Amino acid sequence: MGGDAGNAVFGALRDRDQGTASRAGEEKLSTEHKLKARLRTVTDGAATFVAVLSTILVVTPLVAVFVYLVYRGASSLSWDFFTQVPKPVGVEGGGMANAIVGSAILLGLGSLIGVPMGVAGGIFLAEFGRGTKLANAIRFTADVLNGVPSIVMGIAIYSLIVVPQGHFSAFSGGVALGVMMIPTVCRTTEEMLLMVPNAVREAALALGVPNWRSVLSITVKTASPGIITGCMLAFARVAGETAPLIFTAFGNVGRNIRLDEPIAALPLQIYVYALSPYDEWHRLAWAGALVLIVLIVLAVSLVRFVTSRGVMKGAS
Amino acid sequence: MGVGIEVTNLNAWYGTNHTLQDINLDIPANHATALIGPSGCGKSTFVRCINRMHETNPIARVTGSVLIGGLDIYADAKPVEIRRRIGMVFQRPNPFPTMSIYDNVAAGLKLNGYSNRRVLDDIVEKSLRNSALWDEVKDDLKKKSGASLSGGQQQRLCIARALAVDPEVLLMDEPASALDPVSTSKIEDLIFQLKSQYTIVIVTHNMQQAARVAEKTGFFLNGRMVEFDSTHKIFTNPSDKRTEDYITGRFG
Repeated sequence: MGGDAGNAVFGALRDRDQGTASRAGEEKLSTEHKLKARLRTVTDGAATFVAVLSTILVVTPLVAVFVYLVYRGASSLSWDFFTQVPKPVGVEGGGMANAIVGSAILLGLGSLIGVPMGVAGGIFLAEFGRGTKLANAIRFTADVLNGVPSIVMGIAIYSLIVVPQGHFSAFSGGVALGVMMIPTVCRTTEEMLLMVPNAVREAALALGVPNWRSVLSITVKTASPGIITGCMLAFARVAGETAPLIFTAFGNVGRNIRLDEPIAALPLQIYVYALSPYDEWHRLAWAGALVLIVLIVLAVSLVRFVTSRGVMKGAS
Repeated sequence: MGVGIEVTNLNAWYGTNHTLQDINLDIPANHATALIGPSGCGKSTFVRCINRMHETNPIARVTGSVLIGGLDIYADAKPVEIRRRIGMVFQRPNPFPTMSIYDNVAAGLKLNGYSNRRVLDDIVEKSLRNSALWDEVKDDLKKKSGASLSGGQQQRLCIARALAVDPEVLLMDEPASALDPVSTSKIEDLIFQLKSQYTIVIVTHNMQQAARVAEKTGFFLNGRMVEFDSTHKIFTNPSDKRTEDYITGRFG
């Protein structure tokens, strides 16, 4: 589509070079301007169209998955689903209360381990260890850890905690999820801190604020919205993990809130139910998947709401 | 009250780049001193040596002595203590983006452990009045972020932040170069008022600005101080040919 306009431009230039009558030259030039303007409009429209199309392509699967989950799962949701534990096959009803509580405990424990260690590691990488060999080693390790399949993480925690203790436990499951969160949180924290302008650090140092204080109260605070996003991403990622829990939390058909005993988790329960041959369990698995997604969205929104207060937004 | 600054044989490096060579000068207390010179001549490095900000860069090095009110800041003090006594205003306004106007001004005190509400309120008001910003922001102190102000207001906010820790010296590294003429003249008026209470060192590219606000002016070139004298003398009858060439616009 640029060819015609291009030829016209070349034509106009050639005419001008050959010294055509000025009147004709002006007319040519104004046509040339119009063509250029039209080309710009067309390019602008095309770019906008591609951007909108990409957005639609990205959002469609998300919406489709969610709509399908609601379609398949919503009908099985009931008060019992949130208050009852699973019933034996053939018995009507039953719910996933144990798995919902179990997931909350596992994710809570995982976040308690993953967020502080990841954030502290990220602060070290960006603020204190910049350019040191130790920092490079940690960064490399974190990147490798990020790529380790989650089942491998489960086996590692199995041999480090479950085998020595002699039994599956909520504790080992929480540790597995926490360790999986560390590299993501660590690297996003580092990236976010590096985005804080050096001028902000200098402003704090020039006020006579000690470096550690400046890092914690100024740099980290300035980067906090991004750091929180990183933590939420890590949280949402491990919230749906099944593999690392198979060898650690193991699952539990009854209610449990003790850390030293096996515990149920939504992804585990969905996994078991979805693979079963029973229609009733399939329906519960759909409902479980829907509940898992909604709970993740709620948790992320809650954290965003709580942490967005107290932090001033910059100029709009 | 301000104190004088005596600089003796000051040398500074960035890596192998010898950016300041054998600087000697006495900056008088409670006056404004301007430093002029072309880009890259070492003016900014010089002011960063006065509050030991130069060494925050890992490849930077300094030798020589700087006496502030008689205290040898490189031999007898920690960087953090020195920076509390010397305020600094940077080329680009750099308020803390996540803090309110009030917290920006109080930052130096709060981060160093002061928490007395009433004292902080008083200091914040006094600092904002001294930086001629109070009337514009008094109703939004805690509601608005420092970053939501205009560029000129942000720079006056940064001056208030520097004044709040009650420094003896105020270093200004091209404080108006990113501002429009109206904001610039406000900053200059401010320097005029503040210099009776503080020793002010101002780096500037704008020679009219140096002539307007400073009693003394130093001319830097290629890491050396070519000439240091009263502003009047520098601009009307400089003793060095290079100074004359620079101020008459023959180079730089």
